[in-house]
Amino acid sequence: MSVLAYLIPVALLLGLIGLAGFIWSLKSGQYDDLDGAAQRILLDDDELGPKQ
Amino acid sequence: MGQQQTLPNGVQVHNTLESSSPNPDETEQGGYELLTQSSEDGTYNLSVLVNGVHCAACIQKIESTIAKNKDVQNVRLNFTTRRLAIQWSGEKDQANIFVKSIENLGYKVQPFNADLVNEESKEQEKFLLMSLGVAGFALGNIMLLSVGVWSSSGEEMGYATREFFHWISALIAIPTILYSGRPFFNSALGALKNGHTNMDVPISIALILACSMSLHETIYGAEHVYFDSAVMLTFFLLIGRYLDLRARGKARESANDLLSTLSGFANVVYEDGRLQRILIRDLKEGMNIRVAMGETFPIDGEIISGQSEVDTSLVTGETIPRVIETGAQIYAGTLNLSAPVVVRVAKAAEDSLLADIVRLMEKAGQSQAKYVRIADKAARLYTPVVHIAAAIAFIFWWGVMGIAWQEALMIAITVLIITCPCALGLAVPVVQVLASARLTKSGILVKSGDALERLASIDTIMFDKTGTLTHGKPSLINHEHELNSFKLAASLASYSHHPLSKALYKAYGDNEIVELSDVEEHSGEGLSARYNHELIRLGSRQWCGDKNYETSDSYMEIWFQHGDKKAVRFTFEDSPRQDAEMTIKHFHEDGIKTLMATGDLSQPAKAVASQCGIKEYYAEQKPDDKFNRLQELKEQKHNVLMVGDGLNDAPVLAGADISMAPGSALDMAQNAADIIFMGDQLAPVYRSWKTAKASQSLVKENFALAAIYNMIAVPLAFMGYVTPLVAALAMSGSSIIVIANSFRLRFAK
Repeated sequence: MSVLAYLIPVALLLGLIGLAGFIWSLKSGQYDDLDGAAQRILLDDDELGPKQ
Repeated sequence: MGQQQTLPNGVQVHNTLESSSPNPDETEQGGYELLTQSSEDGTYNLSVLVNGVHCAACIQKIESTIAKNKDVQNVRLNFTTRRLAIQWSGEKDQANIFVKSIENLGYKVQPFNADLVNEESKEQEKFLLMSLGVAGFALGNIMLLSVGVWSSSGEEMGYATREFFHWISALIAIPTILYSGRPFFNSALGALKNGHTNMDVPISIALILACSMSLHETIYGAEHVYFDSAVMLTFFLLIGRYLDLRARGKARESANDLLSTLSGFANVVYEDGRLQRILIRDLKEGMNIRVAMGETFPIDGEIISGQSEVDTSLVTGETIPRVIETGAQIYAGTLNLSAPVVVRVAKAAEDSLLADIVRLMEKAGQSQAKYVRIADKAARLYTPVVHIAAAIAFIFWWGVMGIAWQEALMIAITVLIITCPCALGLAVPVVQVLASARLTKSGILVKSGDALERLASIDTIMFDKTGTLTHGKPSLINHEHELNSFKLAASLASYSHHPLSKALYKAYGDNEIVELSDVEEHSGEGLSARYNHELIRLGSRQWCGDKNYETSDSYMEIWFQHGDKKAVRFTFEDSPRQDAEMTIKHFHEDGIKTLMATGDLSQPAKAVASQCGIKEYYAEQKPDDKFNRLQELKEQKHNVLMVGDGLNDAPVLAGADISMAPGSALDMAQNAADIIFMGDQLAPVYRSWKTAKASQSLVKENFALAAIYNMIAVPLAFMGYVTPLVAALAMSGSSIIVIANSFRLRFAK
């Protein structure tokens, strides 16, 4: 059972990384325009973007 | 200013900010620099609403056009809210160039005042999402441990290991509940402070009790640890809460958009003849403003120079334009048709039409606030029952059966946890979100969260006529004209903004029109022009018609005269929407009473009512009359749906149990209405009602399912048979069943 001593921290750490990723995506406004994201996947990237 | 600029896409844009421009048309654009905000790093930001964005190609066209300008640092079109944000460095006035280049692509741009947008709901949405994310993380990790605990026993896995797992669960669960449970705690506290309860009170009690009891069990190394259930409960309830907020947030957003677009521009004329473009909200009493042909009057006022015709159909419901001259009063929201005029801004008098309507709307809004949502009704019933059940469980086990009070308390708490309204919290929002999404796909925008609930309970519908039952635009009804005069008349009509001319031109279709010279507009009379050196005229009967012509009908008419030939009469009618009769018939078949109230004269009202199959109709109704009619109906205990589009309907729209407005309605009517439907048909009204009915019965089914779950789970908990595993299974099981049942809406007709 001593394997738990590091398996559980590893599992928690992985979870925390996921949570951090979620918080980052939320803070950077990725949930602001859900319908737009579905449309933008159809665009050719090289013609978009403010500055080339 | 006033320089010629060529955008990279080859579109020539003339910057039209010359303040004393000799050409009046040039002042009718621009002004967007007033809405531009400058930021600290020397860049400018502009937010506008772009209408007509439908697909990925639209996003690309707009963004790439703007981005080609070398000063632009960032451009982003939000597809959901239709807001375009541009950030650039350099000249502030470039705002107008950007807007112009989008308009040249064929999109309609509306000014949009970022100050007026309520950021609060956005913040709240982020807060809920964050709580949901944290709860999701915690749920995953606790389940990882709980599954281990459930699948073996204390002896098998070792008491020390089990205790270790419980402690880790506690370390994850307690901060999570404190963090993610805040939406419920805040709302429960708020309700208790005001002396009543809501659904969040039992939720909060259950969460707190579950956590403290589990902590107690953990400390003593016992078995009844409910951290997993508590976190799962939080997670599921937050999903319901988030869906609910999104449904309501969407509604608020569209209302906000309307409000902020009202902050458009007006051209102020100063005494020295200077013209300046300012925001409508900055207009002051006594200012003179120039309103161009085809523009809407932004304020109530008096004409001080010029002569024109005004389309008042949106305000009063009359279909025939009114001729106005110097000294005439005009109302905000009416449309200037034939010539530019200068208007003096009137004092916002207490008795102005707009002020009257706003006052009526406020009064109406208050009466609507009494409505109790079905979820709240359920909560009122539910809270005491649950708490009494828990109390009885405690008294029974401790007092009657005589077990230790600690154990009796444990059973009572289990009863509270297991009855916690997980399924109830999801029952309404899931159905609402699915129903709204379904309606949105067919062009029906549901603005308020409980709109469908209220729509399902109606028994009477009150229709407006102009623009609601009818198209709100006249259409040509006599087509038996000699081709040549029809062609000439249509060619001449193409020069005019007058609704009858537009209708004539539209009826002529895409056929070839002829070249005319010397086209002149005679205000209040008509149009004249020359064709092959012969004078042709299109206009009123007095001006160019056959004055001796006897009419037995009440149609709107314009006359056309070619040289000295006999004048030709074109007749028009504001015809009902194609499916109006069908829709009304459907409602009658389902036992819904219909009536019509209009500001128009009684003859056209009667015609439309009989064409649509409506027996009860009222003509020449002022906004007050319409509102009183509604009050009468309400006193007779009718639940009324109002469908209308005009300013005169706004108070009734706000006061009715539920209201709908077509997408062509005036901003103010759209603001007041709960549901907006797009397109030329009336069928969306019936479709919305059907969907509302279907979703309401699903909500009731969901409540029944939740009740059945409780009927099974509560006796088990009461008997003391519930273990943490049973609690977790029962809770997630009931939630999933409710969600699955809600998805049945997809199969509803």
